[in-house]
Amino acid sequence: MTTVETQVISGVGTSPKRPDGGLKVRGEFAFSSDLWADDMLWGATLRSPHPHARIRGIDITAAVALPGVYAVLTQEDVPGAKRYGLEIADQPVLAMDEVRYQGEPVAVVAADHPETARRAAARIAVDYEVLPAVTEASLGVLLRHVPVRAGDPAAKADVVVTGEYQVGMQDQAFLGPESGLAVPAEDGGIDLYVATQWLHVDQKQVAECLGLPADKVRLSLAGVGGAFGAREDLSMQVHASLLALHTGRPVKMVYGREESFFGHVHRHPAKMWYEHGATRDGKLVYVKAKIVLDGGAYASSSTAVAANAATLGIGPYEVPNVVMDASVYYTNNPPCGAMRGFGAVQACFAYESQMDKLALELGLDPVEVRLRNAMTTGSRMPTGQIVEGPAPVASLLTRVRSFPPPPSSSGDLREMPGGVSNTTHGEGVVRGIGYGIGIKNVAFSEGFDDYATARVRLEVIGGEPAVLVHTAAAEVGQGLVTVQAQIARTELGVERVTVATADTSVGSAAPPSPPRQTTRTGAAVGAARQAVRTELLARVGGARLDGGKVLSESGTVVADLAASIGDEPIEKTVEWRHRPTYPLDPVTGQGNAHVQYAFAAHRATVDVDLDLGLVRVVEIVTAQDVGKAVNPLAVEGQIHGGTAQGLGLALMEEIQIVDGVVRNPSFTDYLIPTILDMPPMKVDILEMADPHSPYGLRGVGEPPTISSTPAIVAAIRAATGKALTRVPVRPEHIVE
Amino acid sequence: MRLNCTVNGEPRQADDVWAGESLLYVLRERLGLPGSKNACEQGECGSCTVYMDGTPVCACLVAAGQAEGRDVVTVEGLADGPVQQAFLAAGAVQCGFCTPGLVVAVHDLLARDSAPTDPEIREALAGNLCRCTGYEKILDAVRIAAAS
Repeated sequence: MTTVETQVISGVGTSPKRPDGGLKVRGEFAFSSDLWADDMLWGATLRSPHPHARIRGIDITAAVALPGVYAVLTQEDVPGAKRYGLEIADQPVLAMDEVRYQGEPVAVVAADHPETARRAAARIAVDYEVLPAVTEASLGVLLRHVPVRAGDPAAKADVVVTGEYQVGMQDQAFLGPESGLAVPAEDGGIDLYVATQWLHVDQKQVAECLGLPADKVRLSLAGVGGAFGAREDLSMQVHASLLALHTGRPVKMVYGREESFFGHVHRHPAKMWYEHGATRDGKLVYVKAKIVLDGGAYASSSTAVAANAATLGIGPYEVPNVVMDASVYYTNNPPCGAMRGFGAVQACFAYESQMDKLALELGLDPVEVRLRNAMTTGSRMPTGQIVEGPAPVASLLTRVRSFPPPPSSSGDLREMPGGVSNTTHGEGVVRGIGYGIGIKNVAFSEGFDDYATARVRLEVIGGEPAVLVHTAAAEVGQGLVTVQAQIARTELGVERVTVATADTSVGSAAPPSPPRQTTRTGAAVGAARQAVRTELLARVGGARLDGGKVLSESGTVVADLAASIGDEPIEKTVEWRHRPTYPLDPVTGQGNAHVQYAFAAHRATVDVDLDLGLVRVVEIVTAQDVGKAVNPLAVEGQIHGGTAQGLGLALMEEIQIVDGVVRNPSFTDYLIPTILDMPPMKVDILEMADPHSPYGLRGVGEPPTISSTPAIVAAIRAATGKALTRVPVRPEHIVE
Repeated sequence: MRLNCTVNGEPRQADDVWAGESLLYVLRERLGLPGSKNACEQGECGSCTVYMDGTPVCACLVAAGQAEGRDVVTVEGLADGPVQQAFLAAGAVQCGFCTPGLVVAVHDLLARDSAPTDPEIREALAGNLCRCTGYEKILDAVRIAAAS
């Protein structure tokens, strides 16, 4: 008898190297823009220069006449549904009688060189009748209003603070532009290789627009250069497929950076009015809030964003009386939809600014006023939902507060506001510290059937047990492929795990936003693993698996794992569903709408040049409860990256729109943080297992994006004494 | 036009190159070297960084004709060494789109300065945008590569 003690060394809770990492560092990983096929053509898109116009006519003659052009298509060439959308099918594949935003696709071209395709597109003559553009959300058509009512709407308080706040339009600014390759198939269908977040939802929409059955539209995930929500909606999928079917040749489409700014939805700009009432000792009595979101020209995921803003809009605090109204409107601005944080980001800037204002009014420490109102497990959300999982709000706040302060400035110019521009050597520079904490739902809400499918096969290859994992879940950079393999190893004790390329030949997977790819698809993989394991154990009468052996209850070896599998591989396909959620009452906003809540807190330290309004973030500390860190290195990476995007929103990132026209669609004019803008980031990870989630997992990617913005702005307020009610904060807001 | 240059140590020739094409386009679409990435096409992001005659350049800003007779080294032409291994060990790779450009930039930095300070690392990599990592693990990777 042998007792086996071998451990699986790269299972859940470790940080094995990414299986795609070697290819990526050598430049060998195939991103969607790297695809190539014999005889392939290049697609280009003609987009509307006007935010609102009627199309009187389109003349493609000159474009077709250009040598090297193989197809010029307009809406008349769309064989199936003319419109698509994630929640409401309101967005035309190609504009019909009207364009509703600057950048709306009007026609597509296929040619033998990308420049030829672009020149052909420029030769298409569109007769526009320019119409007035609605560019102010409050003047637009209402898309959704989400009210939430709790307690007494007429509650009174001793201390009242009010504020009006604004959040600008942020871009996901992933580095890998929208791109893909559509290959016409012999069966009349299409094989589409594309960078996306959600293969099956793409497949459904593409098939409908092409007028093809779903099984003739086969999608495979090509390498994804970041996503952050911007790949939930379609971009070039239908266009490239139309061109490929029309020409009978593979068609590649790759957006340039400027086109990318028009090729995906953005974060909703918001205007928010808040009134907080509290007792003299700082206990919140009521919150009244109105949030107005600019949805832009088409719905995308606006309705869900509004619901998040409404249901999460008072923050991670216990408030007995709430009057909340969040509304999203159609305008002629660029469409807005999913971006990391998804409705919770905008509200967090407002409610955290209000908490600081309340602290100032009461003469309390900003952390103290938050601690006095911090929600805990068992707290009631304003929707009536009880927070059942861990809610370590107070703990996260005290953790970030207890970190030692960063050292004072070394005097190195590169660490000064303004950097090597040599604008100060320390004179006029004041340091400030600020705090922020946020709440985020994890997974889709309001009754959405958010399931994930995984197929797991256990077989013997070369005498060794091996596992093949196959899902439709999108690896967008977050490390999902690694994590799927880790979960497989943990469940089956097999080191050799292969994760197949995601495609539509297996069932749908949850998309990686809101952050739950690890949670949902990981759960599906875990469940499929368990099903495989159960069958295997039943086959040989064992009790558990370890180190390539099947063991009895007492730990004795019953059989060798490879021998137990033999010539009969075990394959199981499992759909995993999180616990159900329910719609919100349309009048009171009551309902158990969310699956799970996640929290993160930040402390930001900044140096501000008071004379020039320049800000340098000195340090950011994050504390976050992740449930279980399946891969600690990847979790830290998510927290760093999310925090950086919050810093961008606080200080520099905004799509600037004048009369419906985008003024800065480039990386020269739309600034994202560089390595010089980012401070050292300290991370404190809590692992408080979620009782309703496999391995106790909780979504990781979004919470750090939410509260870093208000923490940084609070730090600038502390340094400057300015009100700072709008993000991004600009130098003129500090100097004025 | 016809373009002749040395790429990763080999003499290479591309025919029918349109004068408006960039070196990046020629590398990616005509010479089968898509490792250098196309993220901004105006020299802001550094994803297309290659060596030209030993100096790191944004290949998107080099007109194809300017590469005539020059010596170009792309990420595919670098030996898989301490820089690449450090990126993996540090967790500095997420989506990986910025990675090839950063690998070339770090390779160049460490060739010039084998023990850079943090401010020196930040200054050297200020022309390489990354949207996933917040740069913290990239700094770790440079420190690891410098120490190895």
